Amino acid sequence: MATQPETLVTEEMVQRKGVFSEPRVAPPIALSDIRKWGIAVYWPETPPKLHWDEDYARTTRHGGVIAPLDFNPFAWPIDREPPTSGRATAAGAGVGTRGMNGGQTEEYYAPMKSGDVISSTTGLTEWTERQTRLGLTLFTTTETRWTNQDGELVKVKKSIGIRY
Amino acid sequence: MSYNVYWEDIEVGAEITPWSRKTDFMNWNRYAAVNDEFVYIHMDDVAGRAALNEAGAFGMGNLRFAYLHNMLRDWAGDEAQIRKVGCQYRSINQKDDVLTCTGVVTDKRVEDGEHLIDLKVDVVDQDGKSTAPGEATVALPTRGE
Repeated sequence: MATQPETLVTEEMVQRKGVFSEPRVAPPIALSDIRKWGIAVYWPETPPKLHWDEDYARTTRHGGVIAPLDFNPFAWPIDREPPTSGRATAAGAGVGTRGMNGGQTEEYYAPMKSGDVISSTTGLTEWTERQTRLGLTLFTTTETRWTNQDGELVKVKKSIGIRY
Repeated sequence: MSYNVYWEDIEVGAEITPWSRKTDFMNWNRYAAVNDEFVYIHMDDVAGRAALNEAGAFGMGNLRFAYLHNMLRDWAGDEAQIRKVGCQYRSINQKDDVLTCTGVVTDKRVEDGEHLIDLKVDVVDQDGKSTAPGEATVALPTRGE
């Protein structure tokens, strides 16, 4: 049986706690990005016109096509961030290197539309550790704040990462 | 314009219209493609088993999160504004699961001029097992608007 470490909390995590990153800026959102996202998350049914039909969407309170709220404009970056210890990793090679998405809460403000440029800043805010059926398990909370090109708050996300 | 429901007509305790999907690699791969979420545990049974899921590869939590939004949008209509959605991933989305999003109204209130309802939401599998319990808040149109 593999030896269990006493903690999965690293010194790097302690140093980073509560420190928010410099903003990352996503490429401008394209109407086609929104349409494809809608198709993927509604598959195999047709997504709502609100996410792809400008003529229809102009008649709504939103004044045009808006992205599904779970849309991620940061997908497909040219420059890839190296994995950091507070984030879930892939299958992993042993204790503390396996990761899963534990859940999230997102609050929404200004909607995302075609042409918007979203900036994001994120920080590791807290963590807890306990024994679970997976062994010693670390739950981290990361807060992410998105704003658009006009400085409007778009969303605040608190996500739970699980490592075991 | 699409008005599905009005705030005045909603009662605490009411169940909203559920939303279902059978999920497998057709759903997961499309989601991976748009979210750039190419993680071996969602693509490869060997990697899934290495992550202690005996059945192999499994679905993304983010996709269930999207499904909760879809339920809220389809029920509330395009004039509604979803203000908050949260869930915890308690159980894995296995291949061929039939997932059903559910919601029950827990409160209604007026805040900063918005007519809000709070909901308890979940994503349950074909056996009725809760996989992603959470909560949501939606601003609804009123008949006076």
